[in-house]
Parts: sequence; structure tokens; C-alpha cells
Amino acid sequence: MKRHLISAADLSRGDALLILDTAEELASLADRPIKKLPTLRGRTVVNLFFEDSTRTRISFEAAAKRLSADVINFSAKGSSVAKGESLKDTALTLEAMGADAVVIRHSASGAAHRLAGWVRGSVVNAGDGTHEHPTQALLDAFTIRRRLVGGPRGVRGGGQPPREQGGSGGDRSPRANTALDGIRVTIVGDVLHSRVARSNVLLLSTLGAEVTLAAPPTLLPLAVDTWPCAVSYDLDTELPKSDVVMMLRVQQERMTAAYFPSVREYSRRYGLDAARMARLPEHAIVMHPGPMNRGVEIAAEVADSVRSTIVEQVANGVTTRMAVLYLLLGGTEFPEVAP
Amino acid sequence: MSPASTPWLIRGAEIAGPGGRAVTDLLLAGGTVTAIGTGLSEAGARVLDAGGLMALPGLVDLHTHLREPGREDAETVETGTRAAALGGFTAVHAMANTEPVADTAGVVEQVWRLGRAAGYCDVQPVGAVTAGLAGTRLAELGTMADSAAHVRVFSDDGRCVADPLLMRRALEYVKAFDGVIAQHAQDPRLTEGAQLNEGEISGRLGLAGWPAVAEEAIIARDCLLAAHVGSSLHVCHVSTAGSAEIIRWAKSKGWPVTAEVTPHHLLLTDELAVGYDPVFKVNPPLRTAADVAELRRALADGTIDCVATDHAPHPVEAKETEWSEAAFGMTGLETALRVVQRAMVDTGLLDWAGVADRMSVRPARIGRLTGHGTPLAAGGPANLTLYDPAAPAEAVSPAGASKSRNTPFAGMPLPGRVVATFLRGIPTVLDGKLA
Repeated sequence: MKRHLISAADLSRGDALLILDTAEELASLADRPIKKLPTLRGRTVVNLFFEDSTRTRISFEAAAKRLSADVINFSAKGSSVAKGESLKDTALTLEAMGADAVVIRHSASGAAHRLAGWVRGSVVNAGDGTHEHPTQALLDAFTIRRRLVGGPRGVRGGGQPPREQGGSGGDRSPRANTALDGIRVTIVGDVLHSRVARSNVLLLSTLGAEVTLAAPPTLLPLAVDTWPCAVSYDLDTELPKSDVVMMLRVQQERMTAAYFPSVREYSRRYGLDAARMARLPEHAIVMHPGPMNRGVEIAAEVADSVRSTIVEQVANGVTTRMAVLYLLLGGTEFPEVAP
Repeated sequence: MSPASTPWLIRGAEIAGPGGRAVTDLLLAGGTVTAIGTGLSEAGARVLDAGGLMALPGLVDLHTHLREPGREDAETVETGTRAAALGGFTAVHAMANTEPVADTAGVVEQVWRLGRAAGYCDVQPVGAVTAGLAGTRLAELGTMADSAAHVRVFSDDGRCVADPLLMRRALEYVKAFDGVIAQHAQDPRLTEGAQLNEGEISGRLGLAGWPAVAEEAIIARDCLLAAHVGSSLHVCHVSTAGSAEIIRWAKSKGWPVTAEVTPHHLLLTDELAVGYDPVFKVNPPLRTAADVAELRRALADGTIDCVATDHAPHPVEAKETEWSEAAFGMTGLETALRVVQRAMVDTGLLDWAGVADRMSVRPARIGRLTGHGTPLAAGGPANLTLYDPAAPAEAVSPAGASKSRNTPFAGMPLPGRVVATFLRGIPTVLDGKLA
């Protein structure tokens, strides 16, 4: 694996599977009374958040703390950043404090990339502008695999009994190392401005899934034909052939910028309501990276249905991010479940 | 600099003319070329052995940002003209987007006088088209034309004169004093927040796209306006294949349209943005390889009249930041000729006579400059550049005479070397260094 995780394109199929398999190993922790591992003891993880995102920040914070890392939360508000300090100066400050990993969320595309040029520690992109959000894609892939492929403890796969002692990388359950080959994923909505969509297209296609983007033409990048996915303007024709439907959030600022005539029309053509959900195959799941606009891209009864993995995605986020931090920081001991 | 009275004898330089290349001596005295031919001699003259060097008429840049007044931290007239001389230029046009804007006789005269005082090359101020570059009412174009700065080129460069009525009026108005409107062609609505050429790279990087059509639509409109009112339009920094096609069409109609291309648009593509290094952020943006190929072809066939640097210096902090926060612009004076050699000469698209035409003769004509851009001949002004095209390719150093270091060519090996520059017979550069 590379030293940083900035784009889902940084991950080979082998890297991605290693992260997912590691996350499976770590998932067993969540069921234990003591959820902590000593692997990153003495290491420092900085959460550098230039954009408000409580859910992503606490997910990374929980992940780092469960690995016993020291966590420093640095948010732009109330800091020198609000007084006009440059990203570079902030980076040099963190460097001086000895950050082993910096998790960065920023409104500018490429901010994580720039930061990686200024710090020695590993940089984890937690969302940069309209570019990428690779850990979201990893947790989505993890969720899809659990639900539809069956990882070591996957729902449909039956899985293995939880192991008391984690082994080395070579000692994997038979379900480990399985990818998403042939899984059909439809990503719906504002692809143009979505870092979630970019990372998912790259990662899911790396893992063998067949990705289709369904969106109005105004919300697709001009050169989307160069992406490793199919494109459709018609959600309804895609639904019956989808194993996964991933709904993207419609940002408030798009609603008044001529991308579509009205919120109601968007919802009518691209929103997932109960009637549309009924067109999905029996086993299909509905995903959303959150936060949702209920009644716009997703109806409440869909969000709350048994097909929805939205809450599961949040839980899987912690596990997946633990795996990322563990692998990037090269934790000395592989998941050794605390007694 | 040596005193103006010292004559110079340049021995064995190559001159590329329409009739082919010839090796000759040149005698410079009293600001003019007094003799040209073989076996010249002159008592008391300093001799420069120019064996293997091309002698070009002093280069003329139609598009330079000298930043003074207002942003002397990025560049001054003094440092900018030093950079120009090192690049082989003997005249530059200073763009109007200074602080304050060069939209009055007072500001253009100040810039003109600073240029005279610096002495490294002639500085011809460009006046703003609209007051404060605000795009709402015309600046006092006639007053700037009548001033000591003798302004003939007007541009809101950095911004587009987007209002079609205002553009029409500007084109019409400058006919009274043989002016030209140099348009920065960029539809503002189509480029709100735009960061990078709209295409595969912008989509992948998640940067707001700057579509080719935003440039081409304005160029098409302005060509039609220029034809309608019978006035001169000059198109700044043409960056797309489609723009070249529109200009070719306008010229085929005999319309009074000229155009420039920058060295960076002749060599670099938007692929360079993948590392999010804002040193590659420029307006108009770097385009695709197909655009680069078409721009080269258009410059070679004369559709695009000239190379202009759009030298845009910025302090370090304006570039050491997130891409979307960074300033647009690249320096270019010191590398222009080397880039043109690599993109146009070494590729066989243009010979040295063509380079002299596109980098000196035509820009001087478009800029209505006298005393520049005339072929090297006895009795003509002694403005010339001695260039060694055989100098081995050497990596470009970001540290030059410019105050700023935002060159996209840093570390890139480029052929050639400017050996000497003479301004009215006085060397401003000798042996590649400021004289």
C-alpha cells in the first residue's frame, strides 16, 4: 500500500481486499465489552477538519481511539485557520507536533494531495471538495460485501465463528479475499459534485463491481464516458437490474443553480420512493452516505426500510477506518483482541 | 551597461530572412544598424563573436504583467524588464490590471516613465477598456491615446469585456486613433468558479471546469463585431483548437482580427494538474494535447499572428496553497524563446525567419510600435537578440531576474540560450547575463 490514502485510485485490488479483510477481523471487536486494541499506542493521529463534518470526524476519532492512538482534533473554527493561516503553515505546525497520521477534510479539491507534500506522516483524505472520499467508498464496499457477497462473517455467507486470537495476514477465513465481481451498483444523483461517487466508481470497479451512474445530464461530468462505469439518464430502467442503489445527497446550493428545474421535478425523476423501491430485485439494498434529504433524493419509508443499510454504513465506517489507520501506520501487532 | 556611444561589431551571426539564412556581420552605432555584410570592421568598436548564433530582431511581447503600481511584491517594472531582456525582448506591452488600474493618462504615463528609467527594454503601457476593469463604462481611451504613453492597445485582460454593447462601442471608438481592443475571451457565466479545462482531467480531479466554448463563443461574437464596425480586434491568449478555427474563418473573410498564443499553451497540457500544483494554474487554462497541436499549426500557418507571454508573476504564497485558492498565472518572459524553439522550430513547424515574424515583426505591428519589429537591415533600429539554438537543453531554473518564481517550466530541459540582447545599440544582456 502507498503511504497515503488520497484517492481510491491509490488502491490496487489487493490493497482494497486487504483493507476489507482487515476490517472484518477488527469488526469482531465491536461485539466485545472492551473495544480497544493496543496496536497504535503512542502514535498520534490528527483529525484536521476544515469543513464541519461531525459524523466523519467522530468516526475517525473512534477508529483511532480503538487502536489506542492519541487523537488530536483540529477544526478550522476557532483556530488560526479562521484567522487566515495557510494550509501549509497548518501542516508545518502539525509536523512540528509529530503527527503520525493526518486525517484531513477540506472544501478544496486536492487539499489532501497538497498536504501530503508538506508533512512526513501519512495523510488520509476524509473528503476533499468535489474530488474524493476514499474511506467512504471503502466502508460502502465493506457493507456491500457483507450484505451481498458474504465476508468472513457476512450475513448471507454464514461466516466463521469469531476467533479469539487474530492470526497473521496469511491465516484468513475462506471468505476473505473475495471481491465484488459482478455486483451491479447504481449510483444516483449529483455525480458532478460528489466526492463519494468519484471514490466509489474507482473502488467498486477495482473490486469488480459493475457500476452505473444514473443522473440528469447536468449533474454528470462532461467526460464521464472515460470513467470505468456505465451512464444512464433513466433511473427506472436501471432499478430492476441493480443489486445496490446508492443515493447521493442533493446539496442545497445545486437547487437554485439551473442543474434541474425544481426540487420536486428532481425528486420525481431521480428520487427513490416506495414505488421505485418495489422495482428493485428482492435482495437489493439501498445505501446513502448521509446526511439524507428525506423527501428529496430518498423517501422516509425507503430510508427506514429493511433494505436500507444507512445505519450499518455508519457502524462499518469505524471498522473500515480502523483498518486503514492500522495498515497505513503499520501497527506492530496484528489485531490481538484484548482479554 | 556600456555607454551609448560605444559601437558594437557583431561578427558572423546568422540572419534568417525570407530568402534563407546568411552569415553576416552587423555594425551597431548611434542606436541603429549602420552596416550589415561580411568582413566589416570599425576602429574602436567592441567586437562580439556571434559564430553559430541566430540574430533576430529584438523580441516584442504584446502581453506582459509588470504588476507595478500596486503589486511590487510580485514584480516591478525594473525586475520585469530585466527578465524581458534576459528572454531576448526589447519591448513589452504592460497590461492594465495594476492597482490602481491603468485606466487614466496618469497611470499609463507613470508606467511608461518607469520603463524609460529602467532602461532594459521599452515598456509600452496598455490601457484599460473599461474604468477600473469593471466592465460597465469605457475608460478615457482617447486621453490615454493622447498621453505621453501614446497608448494604442486597450485591454481589460484578466477580465473579459463581456457586455456586447460595450465591446462594440470600444471597438468603434478606438478607430479614431487607430487603436486595437485586445480581448480576454472568457464568458463569465460559463466560467463561474472555473479552475481547469473542462474535460477528462477536471472531472477526475473534481475541479470546476473551464469549457472551451466559453472562450470560443466570445471570440466568435467579437470577430463579428469587429467586422460589423470595421475596427481592429486582437484576441489574447488563444487556448483552444476551436478558437483557432474561428479566427481562421474570420481572417478568410478579410476581417481585421489578430491573435496571440502563449508559450505555455504551445507546450503544456491539463494533465499537469493531476498533482494539484497551482504552478500549472493559469487563465485560460492549460488544454489538451489536441488543442496544443492545433495551436502550433495555427501559429505556423499565420492564423495566430504571434506569441505573447502573458508573463504573470505571483508571490510564493499565492501559489503555495490549495488549487482553488491559488492565483492564476505563470511567468514566461525568460523562457519564451526556448519554449518556442522546442514547440515550433525543433518540431519543424516554423523556421527562424518565422520565429522573427511571430515574436517581433507581427507583435510590433499589432501593438503599433515604431522602432521595433523591423527586419535587421542597415539604417534600421539596433534592436536585436542573439540566440544560440544549439545550446544543449538545460533544465529551467525557477530563479531568474523576475521577482517571482512561478514558472511551470522549472526543471524542464529546454534547448537554446539567449546570449545577448541589444536595445538601440546598447547591450542589455551579454553572455546570457544582464549587461
